Amino acid sequence: MLGAYLPILVLVVIACLFGLGSVVFSSLIGQKKPSQVKLAPYECGCEPVGSARERFSIKFYLIAMLFILFDIEAVFMYPWAVLFKRLGMFGLVEMGLFIVILFVGYVYVWKKGALEWE
Amino acid sequence: MFDLVWLIPLCPLIGSVINGLLGKKIKNETVIGGIAAGSVFASFMVACGILFQLLSLPGEERVIQKTIFTWIQSGTFKADIGFLIDPLSATMLMIVTGIGFLIHLYSIGYMHGEEGFYRYFCYLNLFTFSMLCLVSGNNLLLMFIGWEGVGLCSYLLIGYYFHKKSAGDAGKKAFVMNRVGDFGFLLGLFTLFYYLGTNHNVWTINFVELAKNADLLVPGAVVTTVCLCFFLGATGKSAQIPLYTWLPDAMEGPTPVSALIHAATMVTAGVYMIARMNFIFIKSPTALLVIACVGAATALFAATIGTAQNDIKRVLAYSTVSQLGYMFLAMGVGAFTAGVFHLMTHAFFKACLFLGSGSVIHGMHHALHHEHSEADPQDMRNMGGLRKKMPVTFWTFLFATIAIAGIPGLAGFFSKDEILWQAFANPHHHAVNYVLWGAGAIAAGLTAFYMFRLVFMTFFGQTRLSEKAFHHLHESPWVITVPLVCLAFLSIFGGYVGVPKVLSEFFTGGAFPNYFEHWLEPVFAYSTHYTEAHGAHGLHSVAMEWGLMGVSVLIACGGIALAFALYIVAPGFPEKFTSTFPALHRAVYNKWYVDEIYDFAFVNPCKALGNFLWKGFDVLVVDGIVNGVAAVVRGFSGILRYVQTGFVHNYAFTMVFGVALIVAVYIFR
Amino acid sequence: METIAMPAINLAVIMPEILLSCIAMVLLLVNVFVPGNNKAYLGYLSIIGLAVTAASAVGGWGPSVSAFNGSVVQDNFAIFFKVIFLISAGLAILISDRYMVQEDCNQGELYPMILFATVGMMLMASGTDLMVIFLGLELLSICLYVLAGWNRDNLKSNEAGLKYFLLGAFSTGFLLYGMALTYGATGSTKIQAISSYVMGNPGVASNPLFVVGMLLIAVGFSFKIAAAPFHMWTPDVYQGAPTPMTAFMSAGPKAAGFAAFIRVMIFAFPMLRAEWSDLLWILAVLTMTVGNIIALSQDNVKRMLAYSSIAHAGYALVGFAAVNAEGAAGILFYMLSYAFMNIGAFAVIILITKKGEVNGNVQDLAGFGHKKPLLAMVLSIFLFSLAGMPPTAGFIGKFYLFSAAIKAGYVWLAIIGVLNSAASLYYYLRVMVFMYMKDPEEDFEWAGATPAIAVCLLVAVGATLVLGVVPGTVLELAQKAVQF
Repeated sequence: MLGAYLPILVLVVIACLFGLGSVVFSSLIGQKKPSQVKLAPYECGCEPVGSARERFSIKFYLIAMLFILFDIEAVFMYPWAVLFKRLGMFGLVEMGLFIVILFVGYVYVWKKGALEWE
Repeated sequence: MFDLVWLIPLCPLIGSVINGLLGKKIKNETVIGGIAAGSVFASFMVACGILFQLLSLPGEERVIQKTIFTWIQSGTFKADIGFLIDPLSATMLMIVTGIGFLIHLYSIGYMHGEEGFYRYFCYLNLFTFSMLCLVSGNNLLLMFIGWEGVGLCSYLLIGYYFHKKSAGDAGKKAFVMNRVGDFGFLLGLFTLFYYLGTNHNVWTINFVELAKNADLLVPGAVVTTVCLCFFLGATGKSAQIPLYTWLPDAMEGPTPVSALIHAATMVTAGVYMIARMNFIFIKSPTALLVIACVGAATALFAATIGTAQNDIKRVLAYSTVSQLGYMFLAMGVGAFTAGVFHLMTHAFFKACLFLGSGSVIHGMHHALHHEHSEADPQDMRNMGGLRKKMPVTFWTFLFATIAIAGIPGLAGFFSKDEILWQAFANPHHHAVNYVLWGAGAIAAGLTAFYMFRLVFMTFFGQTRLSEKAFHHLHESPWVITVPLVCLAFLSIFGGYVGVPKVLSEFFTGGAFPNYFEHWLEPVFAYSTHYTEAHGAHGLHSVAMEWGLMGVSVLIACGGIALAFALYIVAPGFPEKFTSTFPALHRAVYNKWYVDEIYDFAFVNPCKALGNFLWKGFDVLVVDGIVNGVAAVVRGFSGILRYVQTGFVHNYAFTMVFGVALIVAVYIFR
Repeated sequence: METIAMPAINLAVIMPEILLSCIAMVLLLVNVFVPGNNKAYLGYLSIIGLAVTAASAVGGWGPSVSAFNGSVVQDNFAIFFKVIFLISAGLAILISDRYMVQEDCNQGELYPMILFATVGMMLMASGTDLMVIFLGLELLSICLYVLAGWNRDNLKSNEAGLKYFLLGAFSTGFLLYGMALTYGATGSTKIQAISSYVMGNPGVASNPLFVVGMLLIAVGFSFKIAAAPFHMWTPDVYQGAPTPMTAFMSAGPKAAGFAAFIRVMIFAFPMLRAEWSDLLWILAVLTMTVGNIIALSQDNVKRMLAYSSIAHAGYALVGFAAVNAEGAAGILFYMLSYAFMNIGAFAVIILITKKGEVNGNVQDLAGFGHKKPLLAMVLSIFLFSLAGMPPTAGFIGKFYLFSAAIKAGYVWLAIIGVLNSAASLYYYLRVMVFMYMKDPEEDFEWAGATPAIAVCLLVAVGATLVLGVVPGTVLELAQKAVQF
């Protein structure tokens, strides 16, 4: 029974080996010629200004969270779409309800002003 | 109508709650009194309906149970909130609600202007509720709730004038003595439940089911124990030797309370309880003998004390104790019907007497108040000649007195004579029957004597009040006199429902049967059959019955004549008598020193023991241990609270530790 | 292409859940569309919603009906619990408005949030698939995290929300892992299927995979009911959370935890009762003792009640350890009475404390009994009930729990329970001592009850006394509910 899981184990082992291997190998065989510019943190070609650890406006998080929420809900539609015909009318109604509930959330978020930046 | 039985106790309860919570705000006496009396009247109407419906059923179908809901269920134990309607409980319901209503009405007048008017009616309604639970409950536990409830209300009402130390003391005394009895009741209940359950697998405290399984109770030590335990409960509640001393003290309460609780209803609870469980008591001749002897002794003993009291209410109190003794005598000789009959007639005339005395006190109080006299309005030595000023009170009082004295034609005669005859002729205690009868007969004579002594000292002769005070003496208002008239009417005619067979056959040729006996027959059928089946035969001699009846009437008349001679013809003689036999008079006047003996034998040793346990044992040993344990636990608690660091990682660690521990235990065991 | 065969879907079975979810969503929208700062009307609408839901739930009383291929069931057990949840939600809503206005966090989302939490609890009670139970639990937990941190401007409340979230997520991990292991060992997440698998393969009981799975599930639920040693979050969260939410959390979700716990333990693994019993009595003893002992040295009434709530979970576990029908019925009854007495006690606390939850120590109660005799009496009744004194619901509840334990042979467990109960008297009575027997150091005025709180108190006191004096009917229902 456990044999069925063997490919997964193999995959895990290969993934680990690959990750470890790339790091180890590149450090082993790569050339190392550090310079001032090379060691500087990358910031779209410009000189870095100040620390990278700055506080972000909470609004970013809010938008990101909402994005993730609605994005993940959208993922449910893929398997549904694949089996759409076989699910028949029931599937359609069910997804309709799902969308309605999602829509309630959307309306709430909108009315609440969470989508406005200012 | 039977479906409405739950309304009977509920109405007074509602009245009590309304008056208790809102009475202080209502203030208006008419409204408060109206709510209280009205609620009892509503119960009375329902009780009447139930009575009539019960009458329309054939005799053997007159046992109806109405279960409202399951109250407690625990394993084999089950108690319902349920009601039992049968002739016995219907009779009691009628007495309690009927007389209760009259006394509520009376109280409105009597308590007029008292501080805490609403409190009084709240308690009185609560009492009615408890009493109704007691008499209508279909199981022992519900009866016990009522039993405790009436005890509590009695305590509250005796101590109604709580600013008076004597009232507070009397309340406490009643409470403690009743507790002693209640303890017996509980022991009896437990023993009965356990005995039937373990030996016969009948786990029940329901009266109907108990009665059905009465055959399982084999006469013997256990049944006798059960009966004696229950009887101990009855002696407490119904003021029998040895637990009677609280009742005379209970006269500290307002007079209508004495009438309702300490004469007509609550004190008869013990009699009712024995009647209700007659099928158990009949199984134990020993217990019956004890009950009969205690009853007869109490009847005689209390009557002797009654002859020397000067406080009008105290005379009536001892008279109540004595009359209750008669009822227990009836129970003890197996004459349950006669006992319940006397319970009923006694309720009529004793309530009438108490209310009459209340009317007298009411009048005296006002008269003395006018004169700013400090004299005791309850002392008969201050009265005399009141009959002209208070005619209604006088006549009703007189009729009730004749009734209690046992003069033929009035209620008391029929019931008391029946008890005396049964005491003489009963099939249970042939050896002591003469003694029982003799004690009863002498007590009857004494009753007639002290009751007429009371009437003569109060209503006849020259008044001992000052002229000014006498002038201010008035008849009481209608709310007081109407109940008096009603009760006097019942005292005169109430006895005709239970006319003894011999009289009925002689006068009407049997056309006027003993309705009451017939009515209660189904309740006591088991005991009747049991007695007959066991070959016990009473005496059946019409000539003898007539003879004894004549003797008892003669004795009663003798008592009256003596009172007449001593207090009307030769008023100076009693003093001469007491000065001739000072020791005897002192002993009787001081109630044979029973209170002092109790103090010496029980109260003081208990106090000493209590003091020792308190100062010696409790303070040093118990408190030491308790405080020590508490200190250790608190110390531990103080340490343990530091585990609660407030750091999430510590909390998570504790969880992981717990998981690891549990898993390890389960994996490696 | 053939259509997929749909399992029997019986929407009627989850009608209460559907109803309540719809009501909550509607209220959510109403809240954003209706302007104004007064949100009390949402509370009243929620209560109507709860009542409708309760009616629909109680309508299903009778034989059990299974739906969604055995994932959800409508049986008396679930219905009894649903009523408990709905009652505790209703009582919590009644006491919310006053508090939220006082603390300036009167957002209208509160009410839909409570309703969603209630839906989660209801799913936990009626779920017969580990996944459904888990979903219900998550729905409940997420709402509770938010509710615990509702007062955004209060540091303590923030702390409570965050701590609850972190530890809750942690425990959820255990639970889910346990479910996964159980699935691995038995091949199903359906309780019925697990049960028959274990019945058919007794050997699985010694399979470490299965045992650990089972234990981790137990751990997950123990966290929810705050059983020691998984109780550490309770005091901090209960103290920090807004008081009405503390009341709600200690009554509803605790009952939900027990519902799911009983469902899984007694339904799925009936043959492993002996094994469960060992775990459960250890938890019971630990929980009771820890809760009571720490409660002894608390001065803050709210925190004291939090610890006492741990102890109460311990009492309920005593009945659980008996693993018999009496014990389960005892828990049902106890949870119901606990909802009344505990929310009632918290309702009085709300009236006692001032803005910012100052004035919440026992010492501050000095003189309360004379200034507010009625409220003090009501609080005393609740405290007596919590301590398990007759004639209150707490007494009857404990009586049945302990007698179930005695019947199952755990006499000593019952004794420990009674001793704990006696110890708890100390800190309950201490409150009363301060209320009635101490003179206040400074003259202090307490606010009176608002109508909503008065209704809550009236219901709670009434129920506490009625369940204490005439418990027969409710007990009968509880006994019917556990006839599996």
